[in-house]
Amino acid sequence: MIRMENVHKAFGSNQVLRGMDLNIPRGSSMVIIGGSGTGKSVALKCILGLIQHDEGKIFVDGKETGTGDRDAFLARFGMLFQGGALFDSLPVWQNVAFRLLRGSLMRPLEEAREIAIDKLRRVGLRANVADLLPAELSGGMQKRVGLARAIAAEPEIIFFDEPTTGLDPIMAGVINDLIREIVTEMGATAMTITHDMSSVRAIADNVAMLHDGVIQWTGPVGDMDQSGDPYLDQFIHGRAEGPIEAVR
Amino acid sequence: MNALMLFLAVIGRLMLDTLGAIGRVSQFTARAVSHIVRPPFYPREFANALMNIGWLSLPVVGLTAVFTGGALALQIYAGGARFNAEAVVPQIVAIGIVRELGPVLVGLMIAARVTSSIAAEIATMKVTEQIDALVTLSTNPMKYLVAPRVLAAFITVPMLVAVGDVIGIAGGYLVGVQNLGFNAAAYLQNTVDFLEPIDIISSLVKGAAFGVIASVMGCYYGMSSGRGAQGVGRATKGSVEAAAVLLLAANFLLTGIFFSV
Repeated sequence: MIRMENVHKAFGSNQVLRGMDLNIPRGSSMVIIGGSGTGKSVALKCILGLIQHDEGKIFVDGKETGTGDRDAFLARFGMLFQGGALFDSLPVWQNVAFRLLRGSLMRPLEEAREIAIDKLRRVGLRANVADLLPAELSGGMQKRVGLARAIAAEPEIIFFDEPTTGLDPIMAGVINDLIREIVTEMGATAMTITHDMSSVRAIADNVAMLHDGVIQWTGPVGDMDQSGDPYLDQFIHGRAEGPIEAVR
Repeated sequence: MNALMLFLAVIGRLMLDTLGAIGRVSQFTARAVSHIVRPPFYPREFANALMNIGWLSLPVVGLTAVFTGGALALQIYAGGARFNAEAVVPQIVAIGIVRELGPVLVGLMIAARVTSSIAAEIATMKVTEQIDALVTLSTNPMKYLVAPRVLAAFITVPMLVAVGDVIGIAGGYLVGVQNLGFNAAAYLQNTVDFLEPIDIISSLVKGAAFGVIASVMGCYYGMSSGRGAQGVGRATKGSVEAAAVLLLAANFLLTGIFFSV
């Protein structure tokens, strides 16, 4: 469903992606792992068109990104941002129903609110959270609201950028389980970026290891522990010694 | 020779940077204007901007104007006394406030209050990925964040200038009547008789121009903010500096256009 071919991206003299190739089949959950600053978020933003790649091609459903109706393209995606990226000035339910309150997916106010409350329940939040402002929520609750917003318009493709960063292990486990359940339930194609190995094992169908701007290894999550790839082995076991330099 | 080349290189680089900045701001302004006139529109965002830029600026504009009008009356009276021209206080307060001090002081207050808040808000949204989130939710940030603010400032700042003009003249009137012994009715009559339509028109046109400058600078610096708290701080500071300087330059230009002899 999503295919990246030889994608390059540099910021000034810093070459982040150096020919990244990746294929994510429809309905599967792909998790990209890799150290900090290896370009995982850049790859994700290139797919969405938030960052323009310098070279290479990205296809969604066989159609190259950047061509055609941008609104229709973006309407297929939902995204959970690392910090939640909730709109401070809007109450929780309006954050969740943002897409349903304007544009082509606009619904009547009451219906949008009902959908928002339903999605909040889906991620384990009570209806009384709906009228609070994001600043009144804990970090874990903000992630859940972000997740509810990502699934509110029932997108075909959902991106998760570091979904468990900054959460305690129990809350991280809850978010991982929610992501897995929602992706399976909706039949959506998912791409997750993380360096949390418990997230990888909970969420992934397939795993791709990004290092030095290219995918070093990719395969089913079950093959990850016996991959024989020195980069992947070092990363998943968290060893300081290996081909990946500890000081970058 | 080398020193001369170095000097010329520095001048050239400065010129190119300045021209580049003018080009970027002009392009940004053109995009903002194009989004004001093209759907979709965001009436709720526009209403919020009207409230924040217009209504909530009234107290600071009113206080600034009343004290300035009062001080101006005292200054003109004291200065006029040197050549027996104390009687011109109502006329000079009126012309000084309506033509210059009203629009400029309101503009500077808007730059301090509104430009800084727009820049800080948008820059924080950028740093916390809220701008990216808007894009992924199929919402154009120029349309949702910039266009409503620029349009609201274009509409409300002339109104604030009109209010500031009236309150400024009222400040002069209070000081003139209470402290300087002017007859109340004569003071008002002199003020009304002396002002011409062009004075009021120039005041309102300046207000509209200053509103656009203040809001565009806030939005531009916010949208081009760097990372982290430092990026937000720089964007806020830069926006107020640029708005204040551009506003005074525009005031000079508009005064020349309206009143050149």
